[in-house]
Amino acid sequence: MTLRARQLSCVRGTRKLFDSVALELSAGDALRVTGANGRGKSSLLRILCGLAMPEEGQVFWQGCDIREVRSEFARALVYLGHAAAIKADLSAVENVLAAAALAGTPVKARTAYRALETAGLDAVADLPCRLLSQGQHKRVALARLHLARDAHLWVLDEPFSSLDADSTQDLVSTLDRYLVRGGILVYTTHQDVAPKAWRSRTLDLDAQTAC
Amino acid sequence: MLTVLWYVARRDLRLALRRRAELANPLAFFVIAAALFPLGVGPEPGLLRSMAPGVVWVGALLASMLALERLFAPDYADGTLEQMALSPEPLSVMVIGKVIAHWLTTGLPLVLAAPLLALQFGLDGDAIKVLLAALLLGTPVLSLVGAVGAALALGTRGGGALLSLLVLPLFIPVLIFGAGAVGAQQSGVGCAAHLLLLGGLLAFSAALAPWATAVALRIAVE
Repeated sequence: MTLRARQLSCVRGTRKLFDSVALELSAGDALRVTGANGRGKSSLLRILCGLAMPEEGQVFWQGCDIREVRSEFARALVYLGHAAAIKADLSAVENVLAAAALAGTPVKARTAYRALETAGLDAVADLPCRLLSQGQHKRVALARLHLARDAHLWVLDEPFSSLDADSTQDLVSTLDRYLVRGGILVYTTHQDVAPKAWRSRTLDLDAQTAC
Repeated sequence: MLTVLWYVARRDLRLALRRRAELANPLAFFVIAAALFPLGVGPEPGLLRSMAPGVVWVGALLASMLALERLFAPDYADGTLEQMALSPEPLSVMVIGKVIAHWLTTGLPLVLAAPLLALQFGLDGDAIKVLLAALLLGTPVLSLVGAVGAALALGTRGGGALLSLLVLPLFIPVLIFGAGAVGAQQSGVGCAAHLLLLGGLLAFSAALAPWATAVALRIAVE
């Protein structure tokens, strides 16, 4: 499994956020994208997922442009963005079921309950998400990771935000286990936490050419 | 592929049922607008009968537009649309699921309420049957074409006004053939031609609108 990006640049309005970003990640690699606010961390993650077009450059999955292998790439990918894709009027378990169905891997309710139990949300699984805290919202979104064990690429935008210390540690453990299994992780965070994977790297967008 | 269509439709139906006030808005508007016309134009039975199809159709058209703006906007705001765009399942199939849910929660209640309103205008049984058939064929077209407009207006400032400008011209053939079907039946010409044209519009929009909507949604997400 390889994710490769070549000469990526991103422009927002008249401002160039980053230029000539290149990366190559293979099974077990973790890449932390850092940079000040507005430097384009989320934009880079969206480009890597195929949600946004780069001004220049290409992204390759298994050697093929991701736009040419859209379906195969989508099956390998889990993306959690700033917006958690949580419906306030649905219960936590209904949200997990919907997320799994949209990801093309529908699961039974029993499996969704188990994922929520692993995320420590079994007590609120049937509550509408509008009654949950921000941290619990985030954990409902992250529960999807427990259903996506076969996905080879996780792209997570600020996965640790709103989480308490215990939940942060749980997520670090989940990411570690995933990397040991041979997954590829790309993530951003402003917090001082990281999976302990030995092949963890950092891409600092502040160091990229920008105006 | 059908699994995700079913999931999306069921999820949207569930969400609509949990927001009953929003669900009732188009129907309430339709009933109130159509009920006010006889009070405004007077009780002359011939006049009411002749204007009934037009009033019902304009009411249905405007009522179905009320819910269009929220067809994709909540999904866009909460990140669900990004997940749909990244799904290995075709986005156009998910759009069909959403349009089905939109029609079941907006178009179908209007169709079911229409006979009661038609009675108020003094339409006879045959004319009411034609009105029902025309609405059953026409209101899905409003949902399908409206979905294209809702996707194009997504994320723009003043999206509501833009949506009206985009879709109202496209709704006009539906309005003409829908209202014309009842008029043709009342005048003895027969409604077959109008209903066939509405069926053609439905087939055309069912074939193209989900695909066009999916393209517009991808542009909005990017």
